[in-house]
Amino acid sequence: MKLSALHQSYLNRRSNSFRSPTSVDSSVDGSGKSLIALFWLILHCLCCLISLLLGFRFSRLVFFFLFSTSSTTTNLYSAPFRPDLPVKHLDVHTLGRRLDPGAATNNFTVASTTKSSRVVVGRHGIRIRPWPHPNPVEVMKAHQIIERVQKEQKSVFGVKRSKMVIAVTPTYVRTFQALHLNGVMHSLMLVPYDLVWVIVEAGGATNETASIIAKSGIRTIHVGIDQRMPNTWEDRSKLEVFMRLQALRVVKEEKLDGVVMFADDSNMHSMEFFDEIQNVKWFGTVSVGILAHSGNAEEMVLSMDKRKEMEKEAEEESSLLPVQGPACNSTDQLVGWHIFNTLPYAGKSAVYIDDVAAVLPQKLEWSGFVLNSRLLWEEAENKPEWVKDFGSLNENEGLESPLSLLKDPSMVEPLGSCGRQVLLWWLRVEARADSKFPPGWIIDPPLEITVAAKRTPWPDVPPEPPTKKKDQMPLSQGDNTVVVIPKQQQHSTKIRKPKRRSKRNKHEPKLTDTTQVSSSSSKRQERN
Amino acid sequence: MKNLSSLSAIILFLFFSASSAEQTVRTERISGSAGDVLEDNPVGKLKVYVYELPSKYNKKLLQKDPRCLTHMFAAEIFMHRFLLSSPVRTRNPDEADWFYTPIYPTCDLTPTGLPLPFKSPRMMRSAIQLVSSNWPYWNRTEGADHFFVVPHDFGACFHYQEEKAIERGILPLLQRATLVQTFGQRNHVCLDEGSITIPPFAPPQKMQAHLIPPDIPRSIFVYFRGLFYDVNNDPEGGYYARGARAAVWENFKNNPLFDISTDHPTTYYEDMQRAIFCLCPLGWAPWSPRLVEAVVFGCIPVIIADDIVLPFADAIPWEEIGVFVAEKDVPELDTILTSIPTEVILRKQRLLANPSMKRAMLFPQPAQPGDAFHQILNGLARKLPHDKSIYLKAGEKALNWTAGPTGDLKPW
Repeated sequence: MKLSALHQSYLNRRSNSFRSPTSVDSSVDGSGKSLIALFWLILHCLCCLISLLLGFRFSRLVFFFLFSTSSTTTNLYSAPFRPDLPVKHLDVHTLGRRLDPGAATNNFTVASTTKSSRVVVGRHGIRIRPWPHPNPVEVMKAHQIIERVQKEQKSVFGVKRSKMVIAVTPTYVRTFQALHLNGVMHSLMLVPYDLVWVIVEAGGATNETASIIAKSGIRTIHVGIDQRMPNTWEDRSKLEVFMRLQALRVVKEEKLDGVVMFADDSNMHSMEFFDEIQNVKWFGTVSVGILAHSGNAEEMVLSMDKRKEMEKEAEEESSLLPVQGPACNSTDQLVGWHIFNTLPYAGKSAVYIDDVAAVLPQKLEWSGFVLNSRLLWEEAENKPEWVKDFGSLNENEGLESPLSLLKDPSMVEPLGSCGRQVLLWWLRVEARADSKFPPGWIIDPPLEITVAAKRTPWPDVPPEPPTKKKDQMPLSQGDNTVVVIPKQQQHSTKIRKPKRRSKRNKHEPKLTDTTQVSSSSSKRQERN
Repeated sequence: MKNLSSLSAIILFLFFSASSAEQTVRTERISGSAGDVLEDNPVGKLKVYVYELPSKYNKKLLQKDPRCLTHMFAAEIFMHRFLLSSPVRTRNPDEADWFYTPIYPTCDLTPTGLPLPFKSPRMMRSAIQLVSSNWPYWNRTEGADHFFVVPHDFGACFHYQEEKAIERGILPLLQRATLVQTFGQRNHVCLDEGSITIPPFAPPQKMQAHLIPPDIPRSIFVYFRGLFYDVNNDPEGGYYARGARAAVWENFKNNPLFDISTDHPTTYYEDMQRAIFCLCPLGWAPWSPRLVEAVVFGCIPVIIADDIVLPFADAIPWEEIGVFVAEKDVPELDTILTSIPTEVILRKQRLLANPSMKRAMLFPQPAQPGDAFHQILNGLARKLPHDKSIYLKAGEKALNWTAGPTGDLKPW
């Protein structure tokens, strides 16, 4: 069937398009005629057979290459049948579009048009350049174009005049201060607007904190208060409120002009948060994702399981991430606030800072609010009447949330598409209050004498002979520096530390903590 | 005293107009003949008489298949509806400048929704016979002051396959009429000298529903969704799109700057708004609704179709808005696009942001000032007044009523 069809089409084509062979035919005499006919018959059969084998019209290809007048560059490539491409159609029609073999000829039989068109109907080669891969110089240029276009978009559609961001961070020196403060610092360093960082430190302004924030390169105001940070979460949040008010006083006195946001040092901010708060007029609020887990892996798994159980029991739709933020009605007006549900954690929340339990946020965390710094000034034009005068605020009454700064809390502007976008995450993770850590997290000079810690979960096994260990450094004699191993390491709420130690433990199972720390520190020294 | 007050009023007015101008988005007007032409109002410049044809030519076809209202050839139907209620319509044919025949030749759809053009020549012929026998206006000029909307692939050649279409040529009876069509290619049989090229129909509500805020940064460099090879009709390749789409695929499938694929995502319109360049290569015919979508979504169209005539080419300066790439230059597309100076790109984007440009590409219901319907009327108005020579003297015949394939002569 196929053979006959091909045969038929081939004859058709021949009769329609090829005038030269037929003319050759007719000009030759009798005996030559039969020979030539025989020749064409054989050629035809050959082409048919090859087409059968290869699955496409081989003859057409041959004639294309033989007779084509277009420039045959090495780039021309004719794609064979592609069964892997999808059949879906987005473009023009499919029905009845069988290529008429008579009409579909090579380039040299231009369609009989009266107007001479430069564009020719028919089969064209698919031009592929020798190395069809991106050129890095062009990729760079394209990225520069994209950047310029985006800059233009931002200037036309984005915020016209950017306001300065005033970040208020209460902090104190403790084990995880470096971790948290560096996180916030790097987020603030990425903010594309002008920034002032007001850091209020409990226990006085220390060099340690100053050395961390000096690495940022942003304008900082470092203020210290004399009280020390208490040991319970409850008291800590009260002191933090006091510290924030101190910072606001600084803003008022320095007459800083911009948007005040509260960057607690263990929170995580997204860059869109800073873009969004540029839109605040006087007092705004955003949604804060609450990460109430203590960071201890087992605890997290337990609470997740517990929550799943609860969900199955209660059969209610609870979002996996509790969010504190504005609640809006269908017309995007503020009607209330979503508050963290403390019921699942009743009685099981952390009281002391180093408790291995979930740390719960306050009813309304300060970090979810932003305000225009002019609200704090004594004399500011257009200051709305629904704001209490900041100067005459009596702190002893106890400010629970920034809403206490306002007479009318309904005037708060909900940001982040009315609270639907979670722009920052609240987290509280701390080590034990009495935990010790090397100042600046640098152990210098390296440890010489170490003391064994008694309370380790690993069994007491005699140390292996030193020849087996590749990475064990010999304990050098020298100074008598004593290092007290922080006792809380096994209670540490950070997953990273135990993991690291357990990994090393695989290499040196019999060693106690002390040697591990010493060898690790000397390794660090070596690296330095 | 009076002079002073009027002067101060003028100054105040200027001040307010200047300050209000600052706040608008920075778009550029194409000053001069081109830009202003888009905002011309055709009302009062021409009069159109709409023939009353029996419903078998229009309404019945639509009733049989309502999909005709949403496919890319729906312009013919919406043009009829627009003209029926437009102020340019006149019920007195003697004062009309143009005559419109409400016929929907592209409304004969297959089950999959593709129009079959096989009966269209006969339908057109029968409509013209009706018009010429019931009214004297056709015979007066042999159709030179009549216009027809033929939005099919190759216009009035009434075939989807280019060679067949070229073979047939424009329907002989329409030789003197003005054709309003989507197809446009220079030096092509199916594009008559005085034709008006229009954009294909793209659903305006659907596009409006997918708009995203303009401050979302454009992060895709080049965007294209569509076929590169038409496996069903052109398995060997090189025929579909004259090999240009296949060349785009083969050269740039490994290039991360080019977001090209055959998937049709649900976020197609949103993605176009996040792209800087949108490819508009030819397919089986050189035009496609991608051009309309690119203009509406502010993406610079990269037109890869040799000798194409774009819609409303006499009113819209396409060279300043889009980028034209010859089919033979497709392997160097990335070099071409990255070597365009940034200032030129920004200017093109500003021109595209001009709302009158977007309006001119759309067929909204109900019609709005400056939309494609009005641009068609503007085009018709620009062709007025008719030359005296179109009026035939008594007994003079210009059209050959028996020309064309014999199949076309059968009654419909």
